[in-house]
Amino acid sequence: MMRDQKLWAWHLIAGAVILIFLGVHMLTMHMEGVIKIQSLNPASVGHVDKAKIPQAGDRTSDEGDIHPIDWANVRARGVRTLYMTGYIVLLGAALFHGLYGLRNILFELNPAVWLKKTLSALLLLLGLGLFVYGAWAAVMARAVARAWKM
Amino acid sequence: MSTKFENITYRIRRFDPERDRTPNWEEYRVPYTAGMTVLEGLWKVKELHSPTLAWRSSCRMGVCGSCGMLINGKPRLACNTQIAELDSDTVVVAPLPNFDIIRDLVPELKPMFASHQELMPYVVREDVEEREHPTNEFFQSAHELEHYLQFTYCIKCGCCMAACPTVATDALYSGPMPLGQAHRYNSDTRDGGFAARKAILGGEAGPWRCHYAGECSRACPKGVDPAKAIQLMKRELVIDYLRLRKTKCPAKVAEKPTEVKRREGIPDAPPRTV
Repeated sequence: MMRDQKLWAWHLIAGAVILIFLGVHMLTMHMEGVIKIQSLNPASVGHVDKAKIPQAGDRTSDEGDIHPIDWANVRARGVRTLYMTGYIVLLGAALFHGLYGLRNILFELNPAVWLKKTLSALLLLLGLGLFVYGAWAAVMARAVARAWKM
Repeated sequence: MSTKFENITYRIRRFDPERDRTPNWEEYRVPYTAGMTVLEGLWKVKELHSPTLAWRSSCRMGVCGSCGMLINGKPRLACNTQIAELDSDTVVVAPLPNFDIIRDLVPELKPMFASHQELMPYVVREDVEEREHPTNEFFQSAHELEHYLQFTYCIKCGCCMAACPTVATDALYSGPMPLGQAHRYNSDTRDGGFAARKAILGGEAGPWRCHYAGECSRACPKGVDPAKAIQLMKRELVIDYLRLRKTKCPAKVAEKPTEVKRREGIPDAPPRTV
């Protein structure tokens, strides 16, 4: 009976998680020139010796900084377990938030009870499938980043 | 609308389940008088044209909530709506939408009141003895009263239910009136029934399908804001799920005032005559 209370609470929690990760994304990708946080862009100039990173500087800013999506930075972030965990948590939160929202919209169409159950089951399977696939991709990305010879 | 009009056209949706398969529209002309309400016009129609026309009404002063109907496309109280404010010489009257029709302008309100009843719209307390045989009032401050006061103005007319798009599409949704009233009692410091109501509110009948169209609040003839009640209820239920809700003991019985002194100059009550 209390299912909707639980789902709604998790919907809000997932929204808050997405908001936090979007903040991290903004800090990492778009505010790098304003606030420099070493752990977000570890390969940027000033934190790591540029000479030691051959892939550095594919795309650089006017000041010569390595761009946040430059492979050197992507790799430096990707090797970290914290980042891999973050990607998986964000994936789970985004999937739950989005698919629960979609379920609500579909339920607005007033389907029959059996169709509601079918839709819920399908969305659950879709969410789980995408989560497993995405989590596997995050784990593999970390393995590739670790195996990459600098 | 100018009061120069001598006559008003009533376009009324009629339905007699014993005679009609579908509702049909009929028009009537009635004399207009200044200050005439839609309800008074309906009485004129009944008196002059169609004695079989059926609707509900009682108090004629916007208190009983009986005469809710769809007037010129909006759910309103017929007794509380003057024809002059409609800005038209044609009054289109239909039964409240989102309800089955019993006959003509009479909606079937039983499902609404069944949902209302399920959500226990009364003070629930464990001390049944005190509730049934009160020794004194339960204490409540003016500030605590403010938390739910506006929701007590609801007259259960069903206008909010008729305006709600979610009620129109989801048969399991309780609707703004029952949910608003559940919140009214959940917010009452004298009440201890949150846990009992939560069993229903936490499921599909609860506030979760509301997407805040806000039409219920717009339609309410008493100025109640059920949409706000529903959002506050969602918040309360989420806080409860996260186990952050402070469990409030229902208000205690207020102590009897002591040492009351009579002010000077107040005359004695007149002697009893019986």
